[in-house]
Amino acid sequence: MAEYNKSEAELEAVFQQKIDSEQKIEPKDWMPAAYRKNLIRQMSQHAHSEIIGMQPEGNWITRAPSLRRKTVLLSKVQDEGGHGLYLYSATETLGIARSELIAALQSGQAKYASIFNYPAQTWGDMGAIGWLVDGAAIVNQVSLQRTSYGPYSRGMVRICKEESFHQRQGYVIMMELAKGTPAQKQMAQDSLNRFYWPSLMMFGPHDSESAHSAKSMKWKIKRETNDDLRQKFIDQTVPQIAYLGLEHPDKDLVWNEEKGQHDSGEIDWDEFYAVINGNGHSNRQRIQHHVKAHEEGAWVRDAMSAYQQKKLQRKVNAETAA
Amino acid sequence: MSLEKLELFEVFLRSKRGLDHKHAGSLHAEDKEQALEYARDVYTRRSEGVSIWVVKSSDICASQEDDSESFFDPSDDKPYRHATYYDIPKEVGAM
Repeated sequence: MAEYNKSEAELEAVFQQKIDSEQKIEPKDWMPAAYRKNLIRQMSQHAHSEIIGMQPEGNWITRAPSLRRKTVLLSKVQDEGGHGLYLYSATETLGIARSELIAALQSGQAKYASIFNYPAQTWGDMGAIGWLVDGAAIVNQVSLQRTSYGPYSRGMVRICKEESFHQRQGYVIMMELAKGTPAQKQMAQDSLNRFYWPSLMMFGPHDSESAHSAKSMKWKIKRETNDDLRQKFIDQTVPQIAYLGLEHPDKDLVWNEEKGQHDSGEIDWDEFYAVINGNGHSNRQRIQHHVKAHEEGAWVRDAMSAYQQKKLQRKVNAETAA
Repeated sequence: MSLEKLELFEVFLRSKRGLDHKHAGSLHAEDKEQALEYARDVYTRRSEGVSIWVVKSSDICASQEDDSESFFDPSDDKPYRHATYYDIPKEVGAM
């Protein structure tokens, strides 16, 4: 509390010293306005991604090919909803209201992971999304467990723990399709082809192009750069594709003995920016659906509030009677 | 307020920056400011904490031990929520 008597420059020095010595920043600590703003942007974008990410998979719950697969998919989508809640709540510790965050999502001012603007067209996509999309998200989230903001870091620990089944269930779907009939194997290949590159795009622009990276690294909001995380994902995915007996979608991929990692082909950045800027296949549909679900849920919120009023009134009546 | 009627507070300590606050115990106090000071005096005499939360015990809404069977059992029959439910071949690396 005493630190509030210090000048802005002194406060910032204390803050940076905490960061440099690997201490977490907690909600009531002093923090630079830009740190707060940067965190609100990144954490709310993360929360929105969890919530919008429920749509492509939610779309397949009624069409899952067996009861077991339906329950697994339902569980996964429930988890995404829960993870959105953890992240919104952690963002609110920075002094912004949930309603402001939702408004920014619905107006298009706030972004979410552009991968969710790709449609989920086949059952194979349920495999590819769990395996690749959750796989890429996990690489990022494991790194974010060490982020400098305490509530975000603790949220990531919980999310990573819960999410470990998401990627595995996706890979199991892929294994089943890949060892199935030629048509099923083709379905797996097609899903891999469509989701591989957008999954690489999930790590964001190259470090040299990334608007927020330098500051985020200095403040340890991000712990590893976009390109480093992407490289991890590329390398870990190679044996997984090979095991399935599918063709790797990147024809330029080669092992670089000297670097001890794979060299890979270039991402189609025009596609990346087109989707981010609203021109992906499903951008408008995703937001429209969110708005619709929010509006159609209004009666539930009204009913809860009316019930609360009624309970209070009953209590008052009971007290006056007594 | 007589001594017998002092409010009961629950004390939560953060032992190290970055960790969660954990329940440490409870104490009686006149108000929340006093509860915070008492908590410092009785629960952090050996630097057990870098941050303290105090909450009125009456403000805590807790699940009932007796109801726990029906309250928690919806998650008992869902092994597929655990990673170990899915067999992943060793060749593909950690997942």
